[in-house]
Amino acid sequence: MNIIVCIKQVPDTTQVRIDPVTNTLIREGVQSIINPFDMYAIEEGVRLKEKYGGKTTVITMGPPQAEAALREAISMGCDEGCLISDRAFAGSDTLASGYTLAMAIRKIKDYDIILCGKQASDGDTAQVGPGIATQLDIPQVTYVKKIEDVKDNQATVERMTEEGFEIVKTSLPCLFTVVKEINEPRIPSLKGRMKAKKAEIISWKAIDLDLEEDKLGLKGSPTWVSKIFTPPPRPKGQIMEGDPEETTTQLVEALKNRLI
Amino acid sequence: MDYLLTEEQVMLRDLCRQITDEKIMPIAAQLDKTEEFPWEVVKVMADSDIFGVFIEEKYGGMGGGLLELCIATEEFSRGCAGIALAFSATALGTDPIILFGNEEQKEKYLPSIASGKKLAAFAITEPAAGSDASAMQTTAKKDGDHYILNGTKHFITNGGEAETYTVVAMTSKDRGARGASVFIVEKGTPGFTFGKKEDKLGIRGSATRELIFTDCRIPKENMLGKEGQGFLIAMKTFDMSRPGIGAQALGIAQGAFEAAVKYAKERKQFGKSISSFQGIQFMLADMATQIEAARALIYASARQIDAGRTKNISKDSSMAKLFASDMAMKVTTDAVQIFGGYGYMKEYPVEKYMRDAKITQIYEGTNQIQRNIIALNLVKETAKS
Repeated sequence: MNIIVCIKQVPDTTQVRIDPVTNTLIREGVQSIINPFDMYAIEEGVRLKEKYGGKTTVITMGPPQAEAALREAISMGCDEGCLISDRAFAGSDTLASGYTLAMAIRKIKDYDIILCGKQASDGDTAQVGPGIATQLDIPQVTYVKKIEDVKDNQATVERMTEEGFEIVKTSLPCLFTVVKEINEPRIPSLKGRMKAKKAEIISWKAIDLDLEEDKLGLKGSPTWVSKIFTPPPRPKGQIMEGDPEETTTQLVEALKNRLI
Repeated sequence: MDYLLTEEQVMLRDLCRQITDEKIMPIAAQLDKTEEFPWEVVKVMADSDIFGVFIEEKYGGMGGGLLELCIATEEFSRGCAGIALAFSATALGTDPIILFGNEEQKEKYLPSIASGKKLAAFAITEPAAGSDASAMQTTAKKDGDHYILNGTKHFITNGGEAETYTVVAMTSKDRGARGASVFIVEKGTPGFTFGKKEDKLGIRGSATRELIFTDCRIPKENMLGKEGQGFLIAMKTFDMSRPGIGAQALGIAQGAFEAAVKYAKERKQFGKSISSFQGIQFMLADMATQIEAARALIYASARQIDAGRTKNISKDSSMAKLFASDMAMKVTTDAVQIFGGYGYMKEYPVEKYMRDAKITQIYEGTNQIQRNIIALNLVKETAKS
């Protein structure tokens, strides 16, 4: 079975700072980590391979330094890393990112399962995973908390909902976005770390993929961020004291005063 | 200070640091209370290839040596010296096989230790034979193709939890120091049982237990080296293991020191952080200096053994163990002092470091015995010149 894990390098979540003028993340001097949700996708990708055999390939789209994220994924047990990096991709929104990643996955060709974290900790959109599946025209199951069984080109998974979970049966290939309940990511072993250090990273630029230019980067992005701000703290509420009769009267008066 | 570690050694240190921060630190205080054996951490260490760091690659190890062992021990002990012992006492139990095992013995026992599937332990101490190991009462009587072991070992680290034991016993009592031999004994061998589990001052996340041998038949292939080499094997083993005890003490001191620095910066008295007071500053400066001096001594003694030097290694290993363990006692006591009343409370981590440090002055040769070894070697050296 061939598994592809899509990951993103993000700023360490405790230190996110936004440029007030450009509304983009300030990356200078901020340590980068693998998006925490993607760690679960990597772990699941490695577990599936360990259970069913095959190969796990990890891919990321980002600046050249995102190679470090791929090496970390390889140290956890992924077999191959693929970096998709080009200036032409700069400014991609979720649509353009999903398109570019989908085209890279098309180039890899042979895959049964694609895994993504449920969302990235910086943008929090949760759109790129579903976007990839849509572009590839394959089924998708989001918020997967357990991959129950994989056989005969079918998979049974548990999908988290607000009330509980659904059991979903799907044909393969399929894309799953995973939640943190799915597993506990391992600490990379010494042998894994040594392998990752030496591993050769596949590197693809825009020309290596069969891309339509106007679907890339800023040009291919119909959405843009106009403003990022911290919402003002919620003002202090009013507490009414007394027995139920008194407080009800107070409440009705207060509501009347506000013309509700 | 930069010890010019190789890239692999830095990788090992970072990995052990991650295991310590994520897996050891969060449970250290709890295991100190419950005295449970840290099997969950052992599994993480095993999956991370840690148990193989000091074992040759052809036996499934990572091909490192004593310095790698010390680096790992130091990092784990920074979090909890008791939990670290599951690893470092396994190394102690394995050293006799590495040093004196024949090819068959190495092939049979080292791979499962390197993979972390089995823990090991070394057994020499007896109720009446501590520093005076020659007073040992456990006997191994030859009977055809077997030896029959009878007697009791006590204070055995990893006792009951380990699968592979290297046990020193008297094969001919009348020959004194030349009458001991070492056997590999596996858990589950008929006649081999476990006795009392000790309730200790420190290192409470480590199992310390009695081993009881009652007509326990050991095939003669399980003897390490030759009959009568027991004390030689034990002494060579300790030459290898003492820098590791030093590393354990070093890690304990480092952990206490880090906690003390953090606290000194946070704690305010007289309107200022107590780290701005010279009385505290001088203590911290002395602690840092002592820790660094111990680290330099330990790494140097480990490196020369890894480089194959044999001259003076008993003396140098003893110096590393002696200096580092006395240092750890001092540094952890000062850490408690910096924490003041809070330091005395179990709610804060430093009193545990102080309790854990004490054992490093006692086991694998008390520090008085270390001074004997150092002095004896000094006398020998000067006699030659």
